[in-house]
Amino acid sequence: MKIAVSSEGPGLESQVDPRFGRAAGFVIVDMESMNTEYVDNGASQVMAQGAGIETAERLSALGVGAVLSGYVGPKAFTALQAAGMQIYQDLDGRSVGDAVRCYAGGTLNPATASNK
Amino acid sequence: MRIAFASGKGGAGKTTVAASLAAIWPHPCLIVDADVEAPNLHLFLHPHLEAAQSVYLTVPELDSEKCTACGDCAAMCSYKAIAKLGAGLIVFADMCHGCGGCFEVCQANALKKGKRELGSLQWGSWSLKMGADQNSDQNLNQALGQTSSQTSGKNSGKTLLMGKSRVGEAMSPPLLRAIDGALAAISVGDAASVPDILIDSPPGVSCPAMTTARMADALVLVAESTPFGTYDFKLAHAAFKKLNMPLAVVMNRAGMPGNESGDAALEKYCAAEGLPLLARLPFDLQAAEAYARGYLPLLEQSANALIWQRRFGLLYDAVQRWAGGKIGQIAEPCSAVNICASGTTGAGHA
Repeated sequence: MKIAVSSEGPGLESQVDPRFGRAAGFVIVDMESMNTEYVDNGASQVMAQGAGIETAERLSALGVGAVLSGYVGPKAFTALQAAGMQIYQDLDGRSVGDAVRCYAGGTLNPATASNK
Repeated sequence: MRIAFASGKGGAGKTTVAASLAAIWPHPCLIVDADVEAPNLHLFLHPHLEAAQSVYLTVPELDSEKCTACGDCAAMCSYKAIAKLGAGLIVFADMCHGCGGCFEVCQANALKKGKRELGSLQWGSWSLKMGADQNSDQNLNQALGQTSSQTSGKNSGKTLLMGKSRVGEAMSPPLLRAIDGALAAISVGDAASVPDILIDSPPGVSCPAMTTARMADALVLVAESTPFGTYDFKLAHAAFKKLNMPLAVVMNRAGMPGNESGDAALEKYCAAEGLPLLARLPFDLQAAEAYARGYLPLLEQSANALIWQRRFGLLYDAVQRWAGGKIGQIAEPCSAVNICASGTTGAGHA
């Protein structure tokens, strides 16, 4: 399964971006191969409205199964749920690599409601 | 004639000027509260309000049995009110701007016309007791320089139309367009039955203020001559002059202690831009205190009521001269060209 981590930069050493919809980008990690790729989210950052919804669409189209971020707004949360993705919040303040290790370690609980 | 009162900065005096003019307006007059996110005219005019009429925006509702998930509607929506996620679509009705495009592109007829409440319109009648003594009508007529026979019977029975946005609603222009529709509905018939319309605009220069200005034939900018007020006034002038409509200025709080250079700077700007300065309303602490208690400066509860009646009487005269005789006698919206041609608005609106 692929997971997406909101990120301030392109690699595992980058900090987790606390924002979901207006995140700078996402590091996509294939949990089987551990290959990573970076998806720029700049187009959604500048939207007047609907950034979270558009970001959810972008990740859904990439076949992402779980999202790791800091804060996920209510509309984005609804959109991610509709897309069948698991949502992990409050992961800001650490590197993308640390967030992925937490997820891989199985200690994180998926969110049931928006934290924003 | 429709005159809107606008300002770049909030608190410049739009409501005071619009409501006070409406109070002394010697012709049939409707005052409109278009500051739908924070309407306040009713706090000063105390209208007998009729039941509120809800205003709705048509928004899509998904019939998931008919939907083929082609995604055409989601692709055409600029506001992310419809998103394609996984195998299906999801509608975020509160994101919708009501353009109707999604209904047009849906081949499966899977979008039903739902509605979202934008707010309400409310009509009311009002009248204010003016003057510092019992002879208020006489004082008013003196202030207007008219005999009582000219205004008797015309100065009572005024009407208010209030727009009020629903709490939580993000957009006000669609509700403002509903106000415009209501004004269009009363602006038919013979000239004598159509009232002059005074519109209290939302502050600022963004969509609500511009939408409101477009409803009017002419725009009065109420400007406070403080550094902050003058800065926002210039922003407002830069925005509104693009509408190519007659613009004039009322300076408010003139002569504020320590701000003499501000008054001069604002006057100089107006002269340079060809903006008629219709009045310089002085800074008056007692007027501010009365206003804070819910009384307009020209009401009997205000300390300098008679002086303020005279000031607004003179402002009415100035507005009438500026409008080139369009007040109180026309049914057709007057065009900007006609008023400009009367030579009263200077060269700034070519």
